[in-house]
Amino acid sequence: MTNNGCLISMKDIKKVYKSGKVHVEALRGVSLDVGRGEFLAIIGPSGSGKSTLMNIMGCLDMPSSGSYDLDGHPVADMGIHQLASIRNRKIGFIFQSFNLLAYATTFENVELPLIFAGKPGAFRKQKVMECLSRVGLADWAEHKPTELSGGQMQRVAIARALANDPDIILADEPTGNLDSKSGSEIIDLFEELNRAGRSVVTITHDMTIAARCHRIIKIMDGVIEMESRNGHNKNVSISA
Amino acid sequence: MLVFYKITLFLKLIGREFKAQKLRMALTILAITWGTISITLLMAFSVGIERQMAKATAGFGKGIVVMWPGSTSIPYQGLPQGRRVVFRPEDRDLILERVAGIDQLSGEYLRWGIGIEYGKKTVNKLVSGVYPEFGEMRAHYPQQGGRFIDKVDFDVKRRVVFMGSKVAEELFGKEDPVGKMIMINNIPFTVIGVLIKKMQDSSYHGPDEDYVVIPASTFVMIFGDPYFDDIVYTLKPNVDSKAVEQDLFRVMGAKYRFDPKDSHTLWFWDLIEQAEMSRKVFLGINIFMWFIGGMTLVIAGVGVANIMYVAIRERTREIGTKMALGAQKRIIILQFMTEAMFIALVGGMIGIVASLAVTRIFWLIPMEGAMEFLGKPLVNWPVAISTVATLSVIGFLAGFFPARKAASINPVEALRYE
Repeated sequence: MTNNGCLISMKDIKKVYKSGKVHVEALRGVSLDVGRGEFLAIIGPSGSGKSTLMNIMGCLDMPSSGSYDLDGHPVADMGIHQLASIRNRKIGFIFQSFNLLAYATTFENVELPLIFAGKPGAFRKQKVMECLSRVGLADWAEHKPTELSGGQMQRVAIARALANDPDIILADEPTGNLDSKSGSEIIDLFEELNRAGRSVVTITHDMTIAARCHRIIKIMDGVIEMESRNGHNKNVSISA
Repeated sequence: MLVFYKITLFLKLIGREFKAQKLRMALTILAITWGTISITLLMAFSVGIERQMAKATAGFGKGIVVMWPGSTSIPYQGLPQGRRVVFRPEDRDLILERVAGIDQLSGEYLRWGIGIEYGKKTVNKLVSGVYPEFGEMRAHYPQQGGRFIDKVDFDVKRRVVFMGSKVAEELFGKEDPVGKMIMINNIPFTVIGVLIKKMQDSSYHGPDEDYVVIPASTFVMIFGDPYFDDIVYTLKPNVDSKAVEQDLFRVMGAKYRFDPKDSHTLWFWDLIEQAEMSRKVFLGINIFMWFIGGMTLVIAGVGVANIMYVAIRERTREIGTKMALGAQKRIIILQFMTEAMFIALVGGMIGIVASLAVTRIFWLIPMEGAMEFLGKPLVNWPVAISTVATLSVIGFLAGFFPARKAASINPVEALRYE
């Protein structure tokens, strides 16, 4: 352990995108710790860099500079093989557009991370049904995603994220494509998972959702502009 | 055990995606099948035509030369030009003795429009008088139950006849002619054999099926012809036919007193030379076929490459999702590769089976006229297999590079791909 036991420990993370001669600084130095069992909301306007931050957190993208320790291990030291393994076992990623495989059934979609983890068939079957029950879709195992509503699809995605019992759920605007009732149900699920001990980080535009989280981070122009805990705002100086 | 177990998992993953992508799979398989069929059939027909041409040449007689008498075109030793040259029966022995390069030789006497009767039927046909060697030289093979004219027939001047298959059909219908008595020029003859049905690509007095053959000695006895109408001969192995022609000019020129350099005195039809010519022509056709085959292969290859490339580009997002879920790069690449190989193998196999089917169907259809020259197309296995292999490699490469690229970038870029 190289840190204070935080699950996620980011120091001065910067991300620069090069498009032709233009350099876009998506993140301009973000430091952030996420503890175990925390429920964190990241808010901010479009293009503020919050998705970039989440992708780096989920090991889907690498920072241009700065250090990121996941569960005490520096991500920068990991190879492509190890990163895939981390994404598979430690992180459950949830996308705004669900990203379910359209041709596979609900069951098969949830089974996918278990296959990548090389789990045996009987175990997979049991685990998939357990995860589907958890999101209330046990009866929909043999349906295709196209037969499901948006809310149901996102619940399948959550079941999929849970398949390998990850330490942390990362959700990039999980309710962005849903009506408010379905969205609320998704957050209910997150709260339940969080109560069971999982860390949850979600990006959202919806302040009623953000209000249900333990902590809110507001990203603006690639830096953390504001951090509030339990409704008590506290200004955070921009990390230099 | 673990390896086996990983393989089953992997196959499950692939099987699932096969089901999902039926249309694309079908299209790719079709492209490979089509390419394989085109090239395999092209080459199969090329082989069939080549064989059939060889057969037709063999039907006329392999490696024979036909010689006709001409007339002098220049004065020689005080003799005028325009004198006719003739071949006498005794020239046969003279030539065999003096021209070392000649292997077998037969003079041929011909009479057109001779009445041939059997029962109430009469036809008018060409009658040819030949030596026993003629049969082998000119591929006058008998059908089952018959034989060609032999040396005894010749020596004792038997009245026996070897019939062209068409003549036999006209006179006898379905009846077996062998052993039957027919009248030629009102003289009774016994049928000893009927010519097999054969392909013939050239002739100098009508197709072999359409005339009858009797011993030369018998012919002279009946018709009294003093001269051969032509001489047919074959060469000993590795003998230059031009040198033999020069020898013949010399030998015949000495006997009949014409200038050996007078090219109008003897006329030759050299089937050896002609065979060499048609071999060259067919070589040209073959090169052309290979060229077309190569072009077809390129087109099929481009088609396969295109479908694979587009397919994988389309699935970049899917690759991103799988990577986000923790799929290893190698499993993603391996999956696409297995898919490409599977498609190529299935497409190739269907293509080969379809080609075999088409060639077999062609074997069953009775061919007549020009179609007869298509012969029996034969699938050339090395061509078929290398076609499938080439298309597989193209499909493999076209799939490999985009798949590797998609699996090598950050998952987030693959996910963002539209």
